[in-house]
Amino acid sequence: MNKIFEVPLYPYARSEDQDAAAPVRRKVVIIGAGPVGLAAAIDLAQQGIEAVILDDNDKVSFGSRAICFAKRPLEILDRLGCGQPMVDKGVQWNLGKVFFGDRKVYDFNLLPEEGHKRPAFINLQQYYFEEYLVQRVRDLQAEGAPIEIRGKSKVEAIGTHPDHVALEVETPEGSYTLEADWLIAADGAGSPTRRMLGLDFVGRVFEDNFLIADVVMDAEFPTERWFWFDPPFNKGQSALLHKQPDGVWRIDLQLGWDIDKEEEKKPENVIPRLKAMLGDEVQFELEWVSIYTFQCRRMEKFRHGRVLFAGDSAHQVSPFGARGANSGVQDTDNLCWKLKLVIDGVADEDLLDSYDYERVVGADENILNSSRSTDFITPKSDISRIFRDAVLDLSEHHAFARPLVNSGRLSLPCTYDYSPLNSTDTLPEAPARARPGSPCPDADLGTGSGYLLDQLGDRFTILALNCVAAPLSEAGLDLDVISIAAPPGSDLAARYLGLAESAVYLIRPDQHVAARWDGYSETALRAALRRAIGKEQ
Amino acid sequence: MPLNLSANLGNADNFYADLLAAHDGLSKAQSDALNARLILILANHIGDNDTLREALQAAATTGAIDAG
Ligand SMILES: Cc1cc2nc3c(=O)[nH]c(=O)nc-3n(C[C@H](O)[C@H](O)[C@H](O)COP(=O)(O)OP(=O)(O)OC[C@H]3O[C@@H](n4cnc5c(N)ncnc54)[C@H](O)[C@@H]3O)c2cc1C
Repeated sequence: MNKIFEVPLYPYARSEDQDAAAPVRRKVVIIGAGPVGLAAAIDLAQQGIEAVILDDNDKVSFGSRAICFAKRPLEILDRLGCGQPMVDKGVQWNLGKVFFGDRKVYDFNLLPEEGHKRPAFINLQQYYFEEYLVQRVRDLQAEGAPIEIRGKSKVEAIGTHPDHVALEVETPEGSYTLEADWLIAADGAGSPTRRMLGLDFVGRVFEDNFLIADVVMDAEFPTERWFWFDPPFNKGQSALLHKQPDGVWRIDLQLGWDIDKEEEKKPENVIPRLKAMLGDEVQFELEWVSIYTFQCRRMEKFRHGRVLFAGDSAHQVSPFGARGANSGVQDTDNLCWKLKLVIDGVADEDLLDSYDYERVVGADENILNSSRSTDFITPKSDISRIFRDAVLDLSEHHAFARPLVNSGRLSLPCTYDYSPLNSTDTLPEAPARARPGSPCPDADLGTGSGYLLDQLGDRFTILALNCVAAPLSEAGLDLDVISIAAPPGSDLAARYLGLAESAVYLIRPDQHVAARWDGYSETALRAALRRAIGKEQ
Repeated sequence: MPLNLSANLGNADNFYADLLAAHDGLSKAQSDALNARLILILANHIGDNDTLREALQAAATTGAIDAG
């Protein structure tokens, strides 16, 4: 069988740029066709901005990487036109079990809130995630959108200039120079761009190794997340079992620090470990085995002139809590509308500094959460292990201790509380979850009218609840009004009105709230819009 | 609620005796584990993060560790 990660998905093809007499200048060049680079290109191209992706490979991500995709990235993918195949293919789960030693200490249900189009999480192999993004690229190309993926195109050198970036691209047929007005470096944790520009990447290495195995098996395990602390089959360490589509199961086994990685990776050493965990009678086949050490770190700044870092190149987290790809897609969601406004001449370049500000806040939140999970899972001192074990012992009998158990926290989008793009909250009696800076909570609009988030996106929008508002044009942007009745008891009332009777929200293209009021004021809206595009301090 | 550092125990001697009795016959490891569980139970009862931070501060700045 040919696995999708073995087949070239975007094989090398000669580009006309290679034969041009002088270097060709493209609007946006993206280095890296991982989840982040692909999402960025789709976002730009579907809004008419030319995007060229260069990748030194020609296939989807190899082997065991991301499997959990959270609600917010799925909502972003809906906006990018490819959320549905992901959710259709993905495995949905709500139940989890926690084991300590040889016993189950408790189980939990994520109990997702009703009235959202997308589930809290799906499990999906990263190679499917990338494959569906590539499919979306192909569909956009068929529609004539300005988007291209160039496989086997390795960026070897980068020259930065005040008004463009120059790239040396190595291909199987030799190298050529390509210029870009803007460069998005989505070239992963080992980012060659970062290295070529001599930029920092500081943080913390967790001194532990994890065996990550994807196994194909026909087993009776339910669709649940099982996490073991100090199990009999992996004494003193931890383990995770989680289901993926196609009968593939993700298994994480903590191995400790002093190990021989090459030895541990050999099937003759991996298989007995897995048998000890799964039981002798279970038949399985190894799809992929890797050994990782994990890190939490970020660049000091995500914008360097005309070079914008996004995804793992800008920040790296340990996978507990599934925040890598999830947050990388949120980077592009934040970046692409700003880049479009700058390219279209609507906003000044400085707007891009708000990308740095907002996504650094997001990265710090993710690093904090992932570090805390890793510290709980792999206690680094006697006393931290004593407290960890005390929490687990208590969790078996007392509900209070369960929130202290940390085997990874749900990846939630961050609220840009102090962003310079926000206007002051003039509606504090409305729910805090929809305050300026927050991602819009989704809402079921009732009686078959679908979901709120499907009506927003790609552009600035005025949302008027229980009041009237008029469309307006400001700073070269045309704003439409979505006027909806939010009766008491509706999702909309609970999530956007609270104690207020009516509300007007200004919503950004990335579906974050920019400002809110109790009614329509043209002057206030114009000022908030100018502020949200960096035109007013 | 601010941390109460004045005398507040109903019967101080009884509590102290109960505390020691709980550790009677335990190994060092078992005692450490019991103390950890006790701290977590009491912390949950207090609940308020500010009060707990004050308590941590009060504990950290007394005794031999507070060498400077
Ligand atoms: C075991 C494990 C489990 C994980 N689980 C999750 C999870 O459940 N959920 C989650 O959200 N995240 C998870 N992650 C993290 C996730 O895999 C990464 O965050 C994600 O792949 C980052 O995407 P990216 O596009 O930024 O970078 P990458 O996927 O690393 O892509 C970078 C691309 O750049 C290309 N490139 C590099 N250098 C050059 C060059 N010089 N020229 C041209 N191209 C170049 C590479 O070929 C590659 O295609 C996990 C990671 C691991 C290791």
